Amino acid sequence: MSKATAQPLSLKLASGAFLAFWCLIAAFPIAWIAVMSVKSPRDAFDASAWNVITGPATRAAGNGLSFLDIALGLVVLYFAIRWAFTRLPGLVEQYSPAGFIVLGWLVGAAVYGLLFVLIFFGALPVVFGVLNSIAGPLGTPILGLTTEHYVAVWGENEFYRNFINSMIVTAGVVTVSLTVGTLAGYGLARSGSNLAFWLLIIALVFRALPHSVLVAGYLPWFINSAEILRPILGDLSPTLYGQPWAIIAVLVAINQPFTIWMLRSFFQNIPSELDEAARVDGCSHFQAFRRVIMPVMWPGVITTGLFSFLLGYNDFLVTALLLDAQNQTMVPAIAGYFNRETTTTDQVEAVAAAVSITAPLFLLVMVFQRQIVSGLTAGAVKG
Amino acid sequence: MKFKTFFWFVAPSVFMMLLFIAAPLISVLIQSFQITQPVMQQIEVETCTPGFLTQTCTTEVKTVPVIDEATGRAQTTTEWVGFQSYRNVLQMDKVWSALGSGNWGKILQIDFWKALRFTLMFTLVTLPLVVGVGLMIALAVNNAAKALRGPVIFISLLPFIITPVIGSLSIYWLFVGDGILTATLERWLDRDIAMFGQAWTIELLMYFYRVWHVAPFAFVIFYAGLQTVNMDTLESAIIDGANRFERLRYVIVPHLMPLIIFIALIHLMDCYRVFDEIIGFRSQAHVISLQWLTFDFLTPDDAGNRAISRAAASAMLTMVGIVILLILPLRRTWRDHKGGAH
Repeated sequence: MSKATAQPLSLKLASGAFLAFWCLIAAFPIAWIAVMSVKSPRDAFDASAWNVITGPATRAAGNGLSFLDIALGLVVLYFAIRWAFTRLPGLVEQYSPAGFIVLGWLVGAAVYGLLFVLIFFGALPVVFGVLNSIAGPLGTPILGLTTEHYVAVWGENEFYRNFINSMIVTAGVVTVSLTVGTLAGYGLARSGSNLAFWLLIIALVFRALPHSVLVAGYLPWFINSAEILRPILGDLSPTLYGQPWAIIAVLVAINQPFTIWMLRSFFQNIPSELDEAARVDGCSHFQAFRRVIMPVMWPGVITTGLFSFLLGYNDFLVTALLLDAQNQTMVPAIAGYFNRETTTTDQVEAVAAAVSITAPLFLLVMVFQRQIVSGLTAGAVKG
Repeated sequence: MKFKTFFWFVAPSVFMMLLFIAAPLISVLIQSFQITQPVMQQIEVETCTPGFLTQTCTTEVKTVPVIDEATGRAQTTTEWVGFQSYRNVLQMDKVWSALGSGNWGKILQIDFWKALRFTLMFTLVTLPLVVGVGLMIALAVNNAAKALRGPVIFISLLPFIITPVIGSLSIYWLFVGDGILTATLERWLDRDIAMFGQAWTIELLMYFYRVWHVAPFAFVIFYAGLQTVNMDTLESAIIDGANRFERLRYVIVPHLMPLIIFIALIHLMDCYRVFDEIIGFRSQAHVISLQWLTFDFLTPDDAGNRAISRAAASAMLTMVGIVILLILPLRRTWRDHKGGAH
């Protein structure tokens, strides 16, 4: 180690303590709502932190985990996660048809998620029930835990409808904005003209626009679109207000400035000798893009796709104003709980809904941490 | 690349941006000078109530909307009203009278000025905090053992990636009524605390939330920048007798300066749009932002009407603000571009 990086012990301790403190602050609110969501309302809003964690009222109501449950549950969880990282990739590659590896992963992840839920919430409780009755002191509940709020949110309140809407909107946003964005990003990266520069600057200004400004522009047109379009489209003219595909178009456009900036900086990292070689071999510009550049661009495309996903998934303002209650996505739907939030049960159900929205994002960071970091630094460090 | 090829590559993207960003802007500009109202007519209505011997009848003049017979909806007219909507939003007469009487606090009771005050202050207060906290985390992670870095980056990314509304809700639940942190604070200070009872505590929580949410972004960028610090420069600084702080001040920070400017620019854009916090903290009674103001005008009221023209006016004013904020950084980019061309 060089002298420049050598540090006294006190400084090391201080920096370690600061880091630990930051990690605590970063994780605490999220971890805490996860804990609250599995307790009975009385425990969830208890004044003592210990009671919230152990959940005496939840345990008294007969919902609890024994020492045996926790130990065995952790073992099963460990193997389930290990299996996902060691065996699952092989299976997906084996069974997905050539060229459809992305689709294979989507199906694989969905099947895995379904199996996971079935085993954890269907099979394990039955097995544990039998084991606990014969285990004696190890089998008595020590930790209160209940899934009733999740059942209420996803079952009675039909949160799965909002989930499906969210998935439709985000899937649309990701596919369309990547298709349109990669073309533009490639064009902008390979053209050094003044026009390209001005396009990028205008895109930067567009990126700064508050979304409410744009929505104020859409609303009157979207509500009256059936009458405005009637002379052109006849009786087929749709009312755009409340249509998921109209939201997709809007979110793609809002996301375009960011997408083309990011993809452009990824394309600039690919040496232009590559497309020149393809052009010499007789490819047109588009063929070079399709057959030579795209295959080496996947990391950049995946990263940009992640950020498009986040935009579509996290959006509140646009979806709240342009979709009606029947096909609302998850994030605005949770605002509906505010109005009903009169009892503590409603509050804990809102917490459970919030955790349900966060869980996919948590998985996303786990799987794609490297891509997210590279995406964040792509714009800043290289461009 | 020839212009024609370039055109076809960027055409779909440019088309979408023109249709869904540029066109709405023009539409908002026009709407802000117009007002659309239902056509009203006055009709005489005779209402009779049964009485003894004869009915008691009263005639009154009522104002009702004209119904279009073809569609069954209320007829509307659109007229040009000039700066009327802007006047409604800005309420300059109240501002001047407040200024005249020396009672400056009254200006902040008008929605628009209240929102503007909060939005600007929010942007300016969180900016140095985000840069400072981000840099501190980056330096601390750079110091940490290699094996720790991955998990720390994972945990740090969580606040950044979480849905903003949910993130602010998760902090709201910690401090609401008998939330765990309020209960703990009450026990320490031995007094009643209502974090959501007055504006300044809500604002403090909002600043905290925004720093918590954006500092990871600054951290990741600074961390990447720290990997490229020139070790030779650092060592010569040591030989020249620079202490730890001076090395940070004169070697590392100048090296990171372009990144600091980049983060400041992005933060400026994102903070000016502050909105999700208002929803998550449910603070509209105490603290509002410019974007929330437009959102509120666009949300249907109890009668189902949306204040479109006032929303358009407040949207235009919001836009003027962001243009003013961005002029300086953009001029710099333009100079750099021209400098690079020579």
